Amino acid sequence: MTTTDGPGATLDLTPAPGAAPMWRMVAAQAGAEVKATLRNGEQLLLTLIIPVLLLTGFSAAPLLDLGTTRRVDFLTPGVLALAVMSTAFTGQAIATGFERRYGVLKRLGATPLSRGGLMLAKTLAVLVVEAVQVVVIVAVAFALGWQPRGFLPTAILLIVLGTAAFSGLGLLMAGTLRAEATLAGANLVYLILLACGGVVFPLTDFPGGVQPALELLPISALAGGLRAVLADGAALPTVSVAVLACWAAASLALAARTFRWE
Amino acid sequence: MESPALEVVDLVKRYSRVTAVDGLTLAAGRGAVTAILGPNGAGKTSAIEICEGFRRADGGTVRVLGLEPSRPELRARVGVMLQAGGVPPAMRAGEWLRLVSRFSASPLPPQALLDRLGLTRQARTPYRRLSGGEQQRLSLAAAVVGRPELVFLDEPTAGLDPQARHACWQLVRDLRAAGVSVVLTTHHMEEAERLADRVVIIDRGRVVAEDTPAALTGAERQLRFRARPGLNLDELLNALPGGSAAKESPSGHYIIEGPARVGVGPELLATVTAWCAAEGVTADDLSIERRTLEDVFLELTGRELR
Repeated sequence: MTTTDGPGATLDLTPAPGAAPMWRMVAAQAGAEVKATLRNGEQLLLTLIIPVLLLTGFSAAPLLDLGTTRRVDFLTPGVLALAVMSTAFTGQAIATGFERRYGVLKRLGATPLSRGGLMLAKTLAVLVVEAVQVVVIVAVAFALGWQPRGFLPTAILLIVLGTAAFSGLGLLMAGTLRAEATLAGANLVYLILLACGGVVFPLTDFPGGVQPALELLPISALAGGLRAVLADGAALPTVSVAVLACWAAASLALAARTFRWE
Repeated sequence: MESPALEVVDLVKRYSRVTAVDGLTLAAGRGAVTAILGPNGAGKTSAIEICEGFRRADGGTVRVLGLEPSRPELRARVGVMLQAGGVPPAMRAGEWLRLVSRFSASPLPPQALLDRLGLTRQARTPYRRLSGGEQQRLSLAAAVVGRPELVFLDEPTAGLDPQARHACWQLVRDLRAAGVSVVLTTHHMEEAERLADRVVIIDRGRVVAEDTPAALTGAERQLRFRARPGLNLDELLNALPGGSAAKESPSGHYIIEGPARVGVGPELLATVTAWCAAEGVTADDLSIERRTLEDVFLELTGRELR
């Protein structure tokens, strides 16, 4: 057996500069980000444990008045929306905020990985973590007797738009606020949107005056849209798609203008 | 003609009311080690971070390998070690180095580099649990893993113990031997004296001296002693070989230099001590030594704390 990496190997320090192919840089960075997320206990609580507990808890206990709708059919789309928000918004905002504070974004700026490449890697990492979340949540939902309907590509479109909107909001916070403020703010927003965004509690439970405003929240659009497709079999919930697209365009544009790397 | 590794002309950097870099002009040759030496707050980090492309200059020009510092193609050709941080706290040392190595087309083997810098046992330790010296060495490793043509090291040995410092120095020497250009900042005289082909001393954002360490310190040795102020040095000079020099600086501190290319020899020493005896003067702390870079540095930048 031979090895070139052993302690005895001499280092050839002769310059041989050159960037790796873009795809390899992005894949390496995305892999590191996925690993960091899955290894972080608080992140896992947010991305997997809380959604699964909400899904099983509220499916089992008769706490919600949903008329004829089965509880698991109502809850699963909402919990999927929550999972997207926890990863694309809360997790990404906190992680990126601290990366900025610890000089990681600055240091990566001195590597051949471009800023565009870094953002692409972050997006891929979010999508991979979301895929893990969807697999787990869907498996639990099926175990609880979930009977989804609707057109799968529409659900995927909603998730992609929701991811874009929440990523924009998360990066907007991470790129402008202090890391501690982002940590506190991202968790607070998560809790508020969990409570008021139609994730577990139907929007119809809220007073008629505030309902139209709540429906414009990105979480309501995503949860409502997924519910319309997966529970009611709607072809394309246009209002939800439009609301998410607006949030995505506005937040990403604002984040791109205001993001500070140091 | 090949451009220098680094060329800085009339560089200016202001932070609101403070002028950190005030008309800095310097050059670093290819394949050489250039040390930027200066007291705390002299503008070293501001200057080097402009060269690294992290900050914008308020005036002047900077060329790194002949290019604007912000040019993306420099990222693969230039290695950077920040003064502190830059690594995710939870990431393991080996993971970080492997990640940075994957951004380069033909990187050094990360494991061999860890071994070389004495980080073999720390490969699986998260960054935040490394000691300060281990964190520094990991940052140094990440600066060179991509096999750059030029590396910027901002205070590379700050906080290192003697063993780690020597390991770092040896790596810098090996980089130079392999043809890599190195620009480092330091306020350790010894580091500049031992490593650098050229030393640029900066103070208050300007260059106050620039030369080889030998030229800055002077090749000749000097005889120094302390005695009561006001000795008659003209009389002493008459007794010394022609071409010698004697001065009192500061008061009560005497510095005697021998003739060029002869320097301070046994005869000169005997003459000085005999003259002192005849004058009834006891020469305290008598020594024969080369001027150190520290002497030059303190002469140029003053002795007051800041």
